[in-house]
Amino acid sequence: MTIIKEIDYGTPESKSEKTVTLTIDGTSVTVPEGTSIMRAAMEMGTAIPKLCATDMLESFGSCRLCLVEVEGRNGTPASCTTPVAPDMVVRTQTQRLKEIRNGVMELYISDHPLDCLTCAANGDCELQDMAGAVGLRDVRYGYDGANHVFESQCGSKNDLFMDKDVSNPYFAYDPSKCIVCNRCVRACEEVQGTFALTISGRGFDSRVSPGMDEDFLSSECVSCGACVQACPTATLSEKSLIEIGQPEHSAVTTCAYCGVGCSFKAEMRGEEVVRMVPYKDGKANRGHSCVKGRFAYGYTTHRDRILNPMVRDSIDQPWRETTWEEAIGRVASEFKRIQEKYGKGAVGGITSSRCTNEDVFLVQKLIRQGFGVNNVDTCARVCHSPTGYGLKTTFGESAGTQDFDSVEHADVVMVIGANPTDGHPVFGSRLKKRLREGAKLIVVDPRRIDLVRSPHISAEQHLALKPGTNVAMLTSLAHVIVTENLVNEEFVRARCDWNEFTEWADFVSAEANSPERMQQYTGVDPEAVRAAARLYATGGNGAIYYGLGVTEHSQGSTTVMAIANLAMATGNIGRPGVGVNPLRGQNNVQGSCDMGSFPHELPGYRHLSDEVTRSLFEKTWGVKLNPEPGLRIPNMLDAAVEGTFKGIYIQGEDILQSDPDMQHVAAGLGAMECVVIQDLFLNETANYAHVFLPGSTFLEKDGTFTNAERRIQPVRRVMAPKNGYADWEVTQLIAKAMGLNWDYQHPSQIMDEIALLTPTFNGVSYKKLEELGSIQWPCNDEHPSGFPVMHTETFTRGQGRFMLTQYVPTDEKTGSRFPLILTTGRILSQYNVGAQTRRTDNVMWHEEDRLEIHPHDAEQRGVKEGDWITVRSRSGETALRALITDRVAPGVVYTTFHHPLTQANIVTTDYSDWATNCPEYKVTAVQVSLSNGPTQSQEEYREFSERSRRVMAVEAAE
Amino acid sequence: MTKRIFIPRDAAAVACGADDVAKRFALLAEQAKIDVEIVRNGSRGMLWLEPLVEIEDQGKRYAFGPIAPADVDGLVAELSQGAAAAGIKTSKALGLTEEIPFFKRQTRLTFARCGITDPVSLADYKAHGGYEGLAKALALEPSGIIDEVKKSGLRGRGGAGFPTGIKWQTVHDARADQKYIVCNADEGDSGTFADRMIMEGDPFVLIEGMTIAGIAVGATRGYIYLRSEYPHAATALNEAIDAAKAAGYLGQTVCGSSHAFELEVRLGAGAYVCGEETSLLESLEGKRGLVRAKPPLPAHEGLFGKPTIINNVLSLAAVPFILAEGAQAYADFGMGRSRGTMPIQLAGNIKQGGLFEVAFGITLGELVEDVGGGTASGRPIKAVQVGGPLGAYFPQDLFDTPFDYEAFTARDGLIGHGGIVVFDHTVDMARQARFAFDFCAIESCGKCTPCRIGAIRGRETMDKIMGGQDRDKNLDLVADLCNTMKFGSLCALGGFTPYPVMSALTHFPDDFGRARKLPAAAE
Repeated sequence: MTIIKEIDYGTPESKSEKTVTLTIDGTSVTVPEGTSIMRAAMEMGTAIPKLCATDMLESFGSCRLCLVEVEGRNGTPASCTTPVAPDMVVRTQTQRLKEIRNGVMELYISDHPLDCLTCAANGDCELQDMAGAVGLRDVRYGYDGANHVFESQCGSKNDLFMDKDVSNPYFAYDPSKCIVCNRCVRACEEVQGTFALTISGRGFDSRVSPGMDEDFLSSECVSCGACVQACPTATLSEKSLIEIGQPEHSAVTTCAYCGVGCSFKAEMRGEEVVRMVPYKDGKANRGHSCVKGRFAYGYTTHRDRILNPMVRDSIDQPWRETTWEEAIGRVASEFKRIQEKYGKGAVGGITSSRCTNEDVFLVQKLIRQGFGVNNVDTCARVCHSPTGYGLKTTFGESAGTQDFDSVEHADVVMVIGANPTDGHPVFGSRLKKRLREGAKLIVVDPRRIDLVRSPHISAEQHLALKPGTNVAMLTSLAHVIVTENLVNEEFVRARCDWNEFTEWADFVSAEANSPERMQQYTGVDPEAVRAAARLYATGGNGAIYYGLGVTEHSQGSTTVMAIANLAMATGNIGRPGVGVNPLRGQNNVQGSCDMGSFPHELPGYRHLSDEVTRSLFEKTWGVKLNPEPGLRIPNMLDAAVEGTFKGIYIQGEDILQSDPDMQHVAAGLGAMECVVIQDLFLNETANYAHVFLPGSTFLEKDGTFTNAERRIQPVRRVMAPKNGYADWEVTQLIAKAMGLNWDYQHPSQIMDEIALLTPTFNGVSYKKLEELGSIQWPCNDEHPSGFPVMHTETFTRGQGRFMLTQYVPTDEKTGSRFPLILTTGRILSQYNVGAQTRRTDNVMWHEEDRLEIHPHDAEQRGVKEGDWITVRSRSGETALRALITDRVAPGVVYTTFHHPLTQANIVTTDYSDWATNCPEYKVTAVQVSLSNGPTQSQEEYREFSERSRRVMAVEAAE
Repeated sequence: MTKRIFIPRDAAAVACGADDVAKRFALLAEQAKIDVEIVRNGSRGMLWLEPLVEIEDQGKRYAFGPIAPADVDGLVAELSQGAAAAGIKTSKALGLTEEIPFFKRQTRLTFARCGITDPVSLADYKAHGGYEGLAKALALEPSGIIDEVKKSGLRGRGGAGFPTGIKWQTVHDARADQKYIVCNADEGDSGTFADRMIMEGDPFVLIEGMTIAGIAVGATRGYIYLRSEYPHAATALNEAIDAAKAAGYLGQTVCGSSHAFELEVRLGAGAYVCGEETSLLESLEGKRGLVRAKPPLPAHEGLFGKPTIINNVLSLAAVPFILAEGAQAYADFGMGRSRGTMPIQLAGNIKQGGLFEVAFGITLGELVEDVGGGTASGRPIKAVQVGGPLGAYFPQDLFDTPFDYEAFTARDGLIGHGGIVVFDHTVDMARQARFAFDFCAIESCGKCTPCRIGAIRGRETMDKIMGGQDRDKNLDLVADLCNTMKFGSLCALGGFTPYPVMSALTHFPDDFGRARKLPAAAE
């Protein structure tokens, strides 16, 4: 294996369909109109010297190395900023050009340290390359002039010299090596959209400055790494690179954090990761990254990782390390024993949205084939199950309709219950880029998320509705669209069931569904609602992006259907720039759902009751499958409390922390006789486990993840599993121990079986993934290379189906005892329950979860910034510290749930979505009051947690 | 009958005490109970005579200057005794203003009203032919206006000399929901003051010119980017804009037509490089004054990414005359491809400094010796720098160069914004070369490498040369550096810094410790 180097064409690709033919160095070349001379030259293999140009950024024209001569034109234009023209004749190398380039390099090097041998960029430095390329042999200016290089000169302090800034945990800024190419500043602006960097000073005093001469950590920098990636020298370098040295090989893999699914090059030295660099050909991220995927991989080698299997007889005992044989044997024998004693249905399992498709497929196969039950569920239950249900009902397919590239064509973007800049940062950056190009934004969110107003971005409308009133809001938006005749009738007649449409149109037109009447629920100015509806319906390509703020409600499925209705009514479906786009939380939540993780469905969303499908599986697996759906997670827990469910195999999920009503979860787990956890760390759920099987990280196994755009992407093993086995191998060991004749040698064979059994995956193979890089399902004979935008000609289900969306207020109501509404979300630097990110330096940005409260509500309660407060609901109470902000409206409080001690889910209720049981995390009536510190139950939990995490010391003799 | 007294409000006159003179005049006239109206006019441009006081008598204006407050007593005393202006006997009496040779020799088209009218009086402006150009423009199709400007041969007076009509045509042809007219009033070249004088002395002519430009290309907003060092110009412009608005010459319907044109003055923040058109646009947008690469041209993607005319004050101020009197009337003046007149600014070590508007074609020698009267110090002229701090130094040998874009280019010089700075024989041209690099280093925006680092290295290398260190090697290095800067720089700041350096080196090698090269034998 070698290091993967992407070609840098210098300037972005032109999207023009018209082509231009010109002559460069005597060779004719044809490129799209609008292409720069530099790119055109690179397309034919000629690399014109450059330093400030890179194809991730718009051309800038500052370094002056890329000058060329154009016949019939005066001077020496920069090839990066000069577009091609028909019949242009360009020369890239002449005596005059050589002299200018040499002169420019001589100037550069006269203000640059000559420490190449000890420099972190040695071997990967564009300045070094260019000095070589232009044949620089002498710097006649000497090194005694003004410079940014030496701390002192001629015995006195050099005022231009600046110390290194090492404040950011992941990268260092060494101003002495800066060539002021502005690439970092431009990357921060154009790619990331944060505008944290600028150049301060002027002329020779110009230097890169985070914020107003702050250090990186205290500036607005979000540590996405775009600047580091853009830097052509060692000025901005990963600290890991500085420490380890240049990588010698790399592999393209997929990030294991959120559902955006960024492609990265894992750059390695042996089995050590030198750095994770976003891959330019990654179709989800197009070469961008966020602080998590780019830098927060340290958890993979964290000392907390459990590397040996452990068992114990009861949860009050300490753990005992053991061999894989014993641990696997224990799992097999216990599950057999339980099934014999309590019946077949007394066991089940949970698949992981963090693991690969192949891992998930095997877990559900083990449960269905080996355990002979359908008691399998996944964490999508608590996040996007309403998406699956709602989109399947209306469009016929349980997935988002677009690829991420689609946003580049959107004219109006409606973001509902999502916070892309924190939750899905790379998509957030791509969205912001489009907004800066002029697309309009509507935000439907109780909280003033960053998108509402951030540098060069301002939402046209922010509909700050009360939590729990999504259906009221969306139905009133539909009311405006129908009653103001903004429906795209041509689309609806051609693509949807007209009778169902008219019924729906009558329903939404009712006065009761008008924004004026719905204001009593939503609290939003009806004029703003009307303006938003008009904009979405008439502003060009309208795209809806939504998140868990839509699904995690008692009417989550209804809201998803209401979104689908809006898209169909306005014809915003079936082409680039439009669509209904769920922003999926976990890296493989789409995949885990695709792989048959739900108790009622086989892989590919086919219901168990479908005999044709069932018999296909029965024939392949050689068993009879139960046609009745199995238990969902809450049902398993209920059954456990009732004493009929005794054993569970949980791969890579921490239900104690992530599922609602923590006490109920604890009671269920506590009532079981064999809880098997397969995970990287002793997570909270493991406090109730009897067998712990160490898991492997995404760097340690081959497989695939499927992101929010249905994109199946390869995960590649770059190091041997530190625990000994990849996750799929562990599941196979259990299967074998239970007497199944599994014999997978490689995950590609698992994918072959998935393809064989699943029509939407028929055409998928590792070979094809290798060729195409990634595939958006469906991939079959009809769409051999996958399908970026769905429902282009017809809906998957045939005709689009309008569903009535009657608003029903949640039973979780505020009153005098619980006057505030608690809603939850996340923050950029932390991920989900924080198991990974808390084990990285990302904690520097978010040490603890805090409760956001409006100044008015805080003052009424005597709460000051940073005070300890208790949050009490009908379910329970927890304590955390206050953060006073007007991002939340009066009456609404907000917290993240990245830290286990926060125990936000002690407070949340067991209300859930009527269709899918997705918990109503986003609405809990609470009261907030001052306190002295953590609650008693938090303290007790801390103690319990410490106790149950004890691992027996290994005996000295060994 | 009320006697009209003219005392300039021009900053140059004020700097010489014009405000005190005006105050004293008002005070003494009141005490003497003579009926005077003091008009604060623009300057007539004869700066060595400022404050130049004019007394009107039977429609004729008699000049007195330079007048100190103490001189006012005598003038008022004479007036109170009923003396006619022509008859006032004082050593400061200059006779009829129009007959002063410096003035009489000029062809004042752009500056026709400057110094004559009350700058902020719309009535005055109209009484002297103001807004006739706009009236003609409103009667034409936009393309007709552009044709007139093209036919006039007007070229960019900021220095580049690009044909104004073609620039307008490009913006006219660009399709956009919004277009802009931007006036570059960031006059920062050493020895230049024409923009300031016209903005202080006849602001309406600029406003009218911009309005015509807006109508011609379909731009509804204009900005005057004015350097903050020009507070008097800001005051005059804003007063004039208010008056024009009130009278319907600016606003949603210009003169009741279907054309809208709004105008606003924006102040710069003191960077020389913001006079470069693209960094000016950046600054106007509220960003750092960083030069943009071209293309895209501002005519296609200018202010806020929209098609934008960006013209110098003098280019825009020439337009009302062209429209009012016809393109031919303007094009009749000049030589070669340089048509019309150029307001030339004489400065530095010169006896008669000031603004001298004249048709292209006059020679450099005539300008500095005949018009300017030689040096103020009385010593012989050694060098003349034409076109600002980035212009070339011309020795006496080149005084036959006619004032014309092409003629100057042919001699490795430039006319720039028409500033001429005279140096006598005491000047050390090596120091001047060093100064060019120093100026560039101080004013560089820092975007492109040749300018950002080159200027510093140039200054350092000049120091070595002046210190006698490896003189020949370092002179070669300076020449190489100038080549890199001239062809490698992004904008004219770095690109033109070699002009003063190389011209000093070529024409005055002795000052660099290098013997004058003998002419090649064949020549």
